[in-house]
Amino acid sequence: MLASLASVLFDGFAYGMLLFLLSVGLSVTLGMMNFVNLAHCSFAMVGGYVTVTLANAFGWPFFATLPAAFLSAAAASVVLERTLYRRLYRASDLDQCLFTIGIVFISVAAAAYLYGTLQQPINTPPTLQGALEFLGMRFGVYRLFLIVTALVITAILVAALEYTRFGAQVRAAVDNPRMARGLGVDVDRAFAITFALGGGLAGLGGALAIEIVGLDHAFAFTYLVYVLIVVAVGGLGSIGGSFVAAAVLGISDMAGKYYFPQLGAFFIYLVMIALLIWRPAGLFGKR
Amino acid sequence: MHSAVTGPHAHLQAQVRWRRIEIAFWLCTLAPFVAAPAYLQLASQIAITALFALSLDLILGYAGIVSLGHAAFFGLGAYAAGLLSKHAWGEPLSGLLIASAVSAAVGYAMSFIIARFRHLALIMITLGLGLLLHEAANSASWLTGGADGLQGMKIRPLFETFRFDLYGRTAYTYSVVVLFLTFLAARRIIHSPFGLALRGIRENATRMPAIGAPSHAHLRKIYALSAAMAGVAGALLAQTTSTVSLEVLSFQRSADVLVILILGGAGRLYGGIVGAIIYMVARDQFSGISPQFWYFWIGLLLVVVVMFLPNGILGGLAKITARWQRKAP
Amino acid sequence: MSAVLSTRGLAKRFGSLVVAQDLSLALPRGVRYALIGPNGAGKTTLINLMTGMLRPDAGSIFLGEDEITSLAPESRVKRGLARTFQINTLFPSLSALESVTLAVLEREGHAGTWWKSLPAYRDAAGEAHEILSSLGIAKDAYRLTRELAYGRQRLLEIALALATRPKVLLLDEPAAGVPKDESADLFEAISSLASELTVLFIEHDMNVVFRFASRIIVMVGGRILVEGSPGEIARDPEVRAVYLGKAAHG
Repeated sequence: MLASLASVLFDGFAYGMLLFLLSVGLSVTLGMMNFVNLAHCSFAMVGGYVTVTLANAFGWPFFATLPAAFLSAAAASVVLERTLYRRLYRASDLDQCLFTIGIVFISVAAAAYLYGTLQQPINTPPTLQGALEFLGMRFGVYRLFLIVTALVITAILVAALEYTRFGAQVRAAVDNPRMARGLGVDVDRAFAITFALGGGLAGLGGALAIEIVGLDHAFAFTYLVYVLIVVAVGGLGSIGGSFVAAAVLGISDMAGKYYFPQLGAFFIYLVMIALLIWRPAGLFGKR
Repeated sequence: MHSAVTGPHAHLQAQVRWRRIEIAFWLCTLAPFVAAPAYLQLASQIAITALFALSLDLILGYAGIVSLGHAAFFGLGAYAAGLLSKHAWGEPLSGLLIASAVSAAVGYAMSFIIARFRHLALIMITLGLGLLLHEAANSASWLTGGADGLQGMKIRPLFETFRFDLYGRTAYTYSVVVLFLTFLAARRIIHSPFGLALRGIRENATRMPAIGAPSHAHLRKIYALSAAMAGVAGALLAQTTSTVSLEVLSFQRSADVLVILILGGAGRLYGGIVGAIIYMVARDQFSGISPQFWYFWIGLLLVVVVMFLPNGILGGLAKITARWQRKAP
Repeated sequence: MSAVLSTRGLAKRFGSLVVAQDLSLALPRGVRYALIGPNGAGKTTLINLMTGMLRPDAGSIFLGEDEITSLAPESRVKRGLARTFQINTLFPSLSALESVTLAVLEREGHAGTWWKSLPAYRDAAGEAHEILSSLGIAKDAYRLTRELAYGRQRLLEIALALATRPKVLLLDEPAAGVPKDESADLFEAISSLASELTVLFIEHDMNVVFRFASRIIVMVGGRILVEGSPGEIARDPEVRAVYLGKAAHG
């Protein structure tokens, strides 16, 4: 019982870290521009498919595909942001929603066209396989790797946000875009860079997700809901909030599946609605 | 337009009046019997979808509530009608009313949550409630049949006379008459004092309390009314097809109806109907292609509509006719 | 004389920023008040507190004898406390007549009725039209709000508030953005409102203030500096120092 509890906590936390990578970019950009980007997981899908293609068709080592996944997803988000999204910053919630759902539909269809509708296989390197024994409990190496990666990235993000000039600009823009503009911050530029960074992190998340949850053409839809939950519960523009929300969501989802398999995702949705009713602006949100 | 109006009463009256094109449109709904008798089943599906889109228009187009989970009420109505016919009685009209009441009751209960939210939180709440219901129906397979769908519905003939036949004669007649009656109700709602208050909320939610309007109470009321209508649509689908699948509660259905309404034009009463006709006919024509590629075109359509046709097809048409009338007075 | 609207010790802060402190006022019936003070003095905050758009941290608000401190904004409107906004807060796609009719219907409690046709409410539409013509904008009654000239929209702001049949009317810079020559017309319209109505308006133009106000309240830094007749205010050394003095020199 104790062992199973520990493994649920561990697996759930690893899963939560995956959700964190997938959603942190959306949280920050939503906080800055209030732009409802439902296509955020399409960037994750770009990263996932880049990794699969490079590893399987070109024989790249898994580790080498990860930066490529990050960069290609970042590039895709920059292109989309510069060409299309920027026209919609002043549009209504509904228009933003519809437009980005449209992008999701297109990306899902494109993935199905290029890769078919089957789950994509990935071979992780031997160093990431197997499990470590500790106090009679087994911890998967890949999940450990995932957790460490996410923690390192979180540390870098928090430090960059706290101690760099660009970070200060981003914080100002999230707090109050109008005032930031008045103080001479180039909010559009800060937003574009943050958007690219967020897209890139989602791409990395997509690549790392393959081993844990698999990758198929519907990924952009399946994980959209989870990412939105993290963002809405964590509060817009809050990295810490996203981190906590993702960890809680990952663990409760895993616990729900383990202890109450017949309930499915019911439990998660219930928790989200209850949390939102309790705190409409999210756990750490100010607005 | 306003130059012809002579007094305050006439100004309000002018907006309520039936236009000739409206009457022509409703006469056209009889055409499938003659022109396309082989497609009456499809026509019936279109009428049901149009009714569903109309119900969404009431909250989205008129009250400004963005919902990504409207299928919840469609599905509730469908299951209510299905379960009633399976376990109690199969008389369709009473089934329709009961299903509608069930949806309205749940909608009213949910509206206490909905009315408090705006923006992203609202989108999340509607999405979450929709998913919650979908999961609940999936889990409660002893009641709903789960993923296999609800089997064993027994629908009596309409008025104990007209059987739901294979060609869809009864189904289409039934659906289109219910659509028309519900449309009349929706039209009355829009052109009532309450409808004006809804437009007020959509136009400027912060001003409403400053003129003494209980906005939340208004929103709760329209949400329940819209849920009742969506429930009727769901019940119609269950009764005319004698099955209920889990799909009636799916996110896909919520997204589809949103696309249909936006395509036709929200806030125009006919937008959902026009959207449903175009969408359903196109899907029927392209049924050969696989669903993924169908959604590619839908995605492209959404992008194009948001970019170039912000008020949908009817909005675009209205603009063109306005321009045309100005040129040739 | 008993006050129609009074406040006792109202206070509000945002974080460490004090925007209102110890605001106590008593507005009698039929008096025309001007609320003046430099930018950031808390004038709009006071209106927001009175109308319930902001919750005070301390203090209480009374409409007549009844305490309304914890009432929702719409309930205060129903009891006779109406306001307008500094920035036009109108219904762009409704006609002027529809907008005012809506306010009348809300007052009469008909706005929840969904089974009757709107044109059946002849009286409400008639009353709305009368309100519009009393402010001189009947000509534009059937045009969409967003098509109206800016000055007309400012008048429509007032028309919406009047349609609630207020006892007290709070006008937040009614002439904001209106050219000087037009603003006199606007204040003529305001001063010709029913004499039993209590009006409080925020205004920066001192000529207008001294011409149309029978009492003046001066706010500085979230506090009420002084309240008095125009003559008293003009003579008050403190007011001259912090407010009029500056304006006179600048």
